[in-house]
Amino acid sequence: MSGELLETWNGETVEARAVPVLPKERFREAVLGELRAGGRLSALFGRPRASAAGVLVTAVVARDGEGKLALASSVADGAFPSLAAEAPCAQAFERELAEQYGLRPEGHPWLKPLRFEPPRRAVRDAFGRADPGATIPGEYPFYAVEGEEVHEMAVGPVHAGIIEPGHFRFQCHGERVLHLEIVLGYQHRGVEALLEGGPDRRSLALAESIAGDTAVGHALAHVKARESLAGRPPPARATALRGVALELERLANHVGDLAALASDVGFLPTASFCGASRADFLNALAEICGNRFGRGLLAPGGVRFDLDQEAAAALAARVRGAWAKAKAAAGLLFDSPSARARLEGTGTVSRDLALALGLVGPAARASGLDLDVRRDHAFGIYRFVHVPVVLADGGDVLARAWIRLLECERSAAMAADQLETLPEGEVCAPAGGALAKDALVVSLVEGWRGEIAHVAVTDAVGRFARYKIVDPSFHNWLGLAMAMRDGQISDFPLCNKSFDLSYAGHDL
Amino acid sequence: MIDILKLRLRHGRQTVAFPRGAPRFPERFRGRPVADPARCGDGCAACADACPTEAILDPGRASMSIDLGRCLFCGDCERSCPPGAVRFTGDHRLAARSREALLVSRDEPVLVAALEERMRRVLGRSLKLRQVSAGGCNGCEAELNATGNIQFDLGRFGVQFVASPRHADGIVVTGPVTDNMRLALRETYEAVPPPRLVIAVGACAISGGVFRGSPVVSDGAEGGLLGVPVDLFVAGCPPHPITVLDGLLRLLGALPAADLNAG
Repeated sequence: MSGELLETWNGETVEARAVPVLPKERFREAVLGELRAGGRLSALFGRPRASAAGVLVTAVVARDGEGKLALASSVADGAFPSLAAEAPCAQAFERELAEQYGLRPEGHPWLKPLRFEPPRRAVRDAFGRADPGATIPGEYPFYAVEGEEVHEMAVGPVHAGIIEPGHFRFQCHGERVLHLEIVLGYQHRGVEALLEGGPDRRSLALAESIAGDTAVGHALAHVKARESLAGRPPPARATALRGVALELERLANHVGDLAALASDVGFLPTASFCGASRADFLNALAEICGNRFGRGLLAPGGVRFDLDQEAAAALAARVRGAWAKAKAAAGLLFDSPSARARLEGTGTVSRDLALALGLVGPAARASGLDLDVRRDHAFGIYRFVHVPVVLADGGDVLARAWIRLLECERSAAMAADQLETLPEGEVCAPAGGALAKDALVVSLVEGWRGEIAHVAVTDAVGRFARYKIVDPSFHNWLGLAMAMRDGQISDFPLCNKSFDLSYAGHDL
Repeated sequence: MIDILKLRLRHGRQTVAFPRGAPRFPERFRGRPVADPARCGDGCAACADACPTEAILDPGRASMSIDLGRCLFCGDCERSCPPGAVRFTGDHRLAARSREALLVSRDEPVLVAALEERMRRVLGRSLKLRQVSAGGCNGCEAELNATGNIQFDLGRFGVQFVASPRHADGIVVTGPVTDNMRLALRETYEAVPPPRLVIAVGACAISGGVFRGSPVVSDGAEGGLLGVPVDLFVAGCPPHPITVLDGLLRLLGALPAADLNAG
């Protein structure tokens, strides 16, 4: 089966036409075969064909155990046999294909619009809407539970706190949640379309804005793709500094999440202290590049800022000190039996469910899935420095919180160690040439939420013909919905924070 | 409990000295940019060519200026100009009452004018705001959240983000205002009882930022809330929490007109 797919690696440029184009049924069988054999669906996306009718649908399967990626394509126009009918991890990808290109996945268990974005070609709407460009999220056939004392609760898009917009529709029996349906798309800004035709002076800033809390992660996936296409590897010192930035981003967000979880169970010491500690890591990023989110640090070919030895050593000490403080503050939460009791057994996602949904990142690892791009598809500095993968098996809010605490420990050590032993040399490769023509590259990065996938396909003149972005949230939103099943409605904020997913990253 | 108290002592007082003391920023912090066309080469427009958002107007001419409402503070212009015709200062004060006031050239501070006396009497001691993210990437949202933490502690000035627009005196908009959020933004605004303020935070909400020109956004709060005046623009991508504090406090007349130059 695997002989039918093209094998490649994270960040390796291949000729676009080297990806085999299989007939619909064989494509389906080949991809499902990969998934049955332990593969994971990293991306599934369409692009209109230049010279013929139909849409070229490409699947990227990650073989985590071997560190390889397997690619195959198929031409679709109208209906095609759904993968999601058997593999739920494909559900959102196929809804995207239906929305963007009017392709109908036959047998899809939950065929509804995904982002309410205008269609990318003029064909009959796959959802039968008269004017798909004019519908907005919420104009939608919600799943409804009927029965005596069953009630429906609608929340959003504008929420109580300073949070991105999304709509949550709960079907409840008393306090018990029978079903939660999450409708997104409010944040759709058209990022992929803006990147297409590039790279240009705006591309990098766009990549940094896919999800602003993951500016480093997405920028890294982006520059890694461009460097591969241009044959312009970054110098060693740059890869080390990028690793430092990626781990500082992880630290800031994980520590912030621990604060938010503590806040949601009313445990104020951790909420206050971790909330403040988060800033130590953001400020560490600002010491390197002037921006608290690491914006402007990365560039194709390397990084834009260097640290001299003294500054690097000082920053290393600062990171160690900040983590020691944050760890003590987070520890209070885990040492408090009453706070712990609120986290334990809340919002449980079993290992089987996590696997079926294709969850990634801390949410997957909290359910016992042993995956991490830094190890499985090592890139940059992670080829030389191994960050141990942390696992838990509870699958509940406690496990997702605990994973964050342990990951922070590893990230702080890694960032500080790297700062103390930065390789000598330049921080940016000499100006590069043009991107390879008619080429394709898959660029994976382990962001703080999990796997970030950018797939860049260039045209005959070396410009982006298609730029597919998969934020980890794209895989994980359904995990949150399932975590709420049979839970208490009052546990929703806690569950939500334990996943802490990106709306903008999903909506693009 | 002992452990909590011990940690409380170890963490100490964390609230920033601002506004009584000058705020501290990292050395590489990029604040208000300055344009000096006297240093421009003949016909050179390298800074404008490097800018991701066309924030540099009339490069190389005496009328050269930089639109803070579009600027991402990425520093690409500064790096593209060895003679230093564009450079970033450490001045964190980046908010203004009008779009025009965000056009800067010479090294002069941008200061927010306070609300008129009547509004200040109503809102000066207690300002409740409802935040609406309308395509924000969670950068501005994160910094607005940070204004409420124990370091910046917005609450000590009587300013608070509230859950319901019915309890609010105004809205704070982030993001370029996506087509899919325009209706929700409008309804949230209309749910706020007048008199009400509109505050646009970040390059996206002021001008569309990096998403300017995308066919599915309105290029900011003015386009997304047609016919509704914006009372305060806070520039940045995202603005630092201190920049947000500075803008809000000046709007309320809680800071003297000229002081605290971060230089």
